[in-house]
Amino acid sequence: MENQEIIAKVNDFLIDEFELEEEQLIPTANLKETLEIDSLDYVDLVVIIEKNFGFKVKGEDFANIKTLQDFYEYIIKHAKSN
Amino acid sequence: MNRVVITGMGVYSTIGKNIEEVKNSLYTGRSGIGFDPERKEMGFRSALTGIIERPNLKGELKRRQRVGLAEEGEYAYIATIEALKQAKIDQDFLDKTDVGILYGNDSSAKSVVESYDLLKEKKDTTLLGSGAIFQSMNSTITMNLSTIFRLKGINLTVSAACASGSHAIGMGYYLIRSGLQDIIICGGGQEVNYHSMGSFDGLSAFSVRESEPEKACRPFDRDRDGLVPSGGAATLIIESYESAIKRGAPILAEVIGYGFSSNGDHISVPNIEGPAKSLEMALKDASIQASQIDYINAHATSTPVGDLNEAQAIDKIFGIAKPWVSSTKSMTGHEMWMGGASEVIYSMLMMQDSFVAPNINFENPDEHSAKLKIAAETIKNHNIDIFLSNSFGFGGTNSTLIVKKI
Repeated sequence: MENQEIIAKVNDFLIDEFELEEEQLIPTANLKETLEIDSLDYVDLVVIIEKNFGFKVKGEDFANIKTLQDFYEYIIKHAKSN
Repeated sequence: MNRVVITGMGVYSTIGKNIEEVKNSLYTGRSGIGFDPERKEMGFRSALTGIIERPNLKGELKRRQRVGLAEEGEYAYIATIEALKQAKIDQDFLDKTDVGILYGNDSSAKSVVESYDLLKEKKDTTLLGSGAIFQSMNSTITMNLSTIFRLKGINLTVSAACASGSHAIGMGYYLIRSGLQDIIICGGGQEVNYHSMGSFDGLSAFSVRESEPEKACRPFDRDRDGLVPSGGAATLIIESYESAIKRGAPILAEVIGYGFSSNGDHISVPNIEGPAKSLEMALKDASIQASQIDYINAHATSTPVGDLNEAQAIDKIFGIAKPWVSSTKSMTGHEMWMGGASEVIYSMLMMQDSFVAPNINFENPDEHSAKLKIAAETIKNHNIDIFLSNSFGFGGTNSTLIVKKI
């Protein structure tokens, strides 16, 4: 899967499942503060990533994912190595 | 002691999605019962159930507010919005006032079953999602609605089987009467899915008149063969008379009596003494005579023994006065955890429009129901000043509420 394809897929579920607006999805957006992803939403992100990309996120990995760009890069890295 | 009044009502049921629709169904005797083919595929003895459409709350509630909301919570949300609106309570008021919630609920099985199935497949609890736990607990309705409406008063679920909704109102009545709370959102919710009903179906307590779903639920009728499970949610706003006057809220009626008892007997077979005791306690609490009751909304679910015993209990107390009696379950089916609250609303609607809703499918009485004045058809132009509503549940829990026009 190409990087742009992965990013598009991530954006799709953020819009469809987390009901974010497309214009909110700028790479520098902070997941917690700007996109208001809370601790319970992270539980659902684990489920959605597993469903869409076939790998399981470790809860502690989220500690280093601050921005949407970090999130894209994390998924790209793990989706490709999966 | 404070007087306790009803200032708002909301309902989402198999016979209507709001007060107006439900009132029309009650008046015309419309059944909400149907046949669910999925239950037959799942090996149910009876595929009869109340038919209800799940509301779409996307756009109405935020995602975080929806993911923990089980089916019955969705119904309760819609019913509560309607009740709050009638009571003239908005979010600004809820933010500034200690309003409580006491809701009857006694299961939330679908989420439990689905989580278990997923766990068996994934063998990983972190793949079950964030909503399942909040959907699966008995207190799912109160925990979700108290969060959605930012409530700051009493926050409690009442679980008492098929008397849950009635006891919730009774408990609310006590809290307001004693001055501990001014306003409480009371009600009852009931899920409608096969996941929650398989084990109940296994007791052979459900009607198997599958060829005629609308005729299947026939409380007090000689040829009844069991209950029909159903559900939805019903909400009443109850508050102190002083609070209602101060707010300029519509005062719809007054709760004047609550009676309760436990049979101390069989887990599923009701008796006569327990319900009779609850009836007598409610009358005593209301300081009225049996002859002052204008209408009884019976618990009668259409089971052979349950209806037989309730008919005897009613006859024991009301044998001389003989008020009109009907079981609205003949139309709605058995709304179980919701029924005690919804049936107060159904009776309120009759009181407001001066009619008695029919006990549909009552064609031939049995030995004991013959002694009651059962409304087989809609009784028009019947003034109701005071009504009584009975609710009984597994474990022998009994609840009786008496409500008066104001």
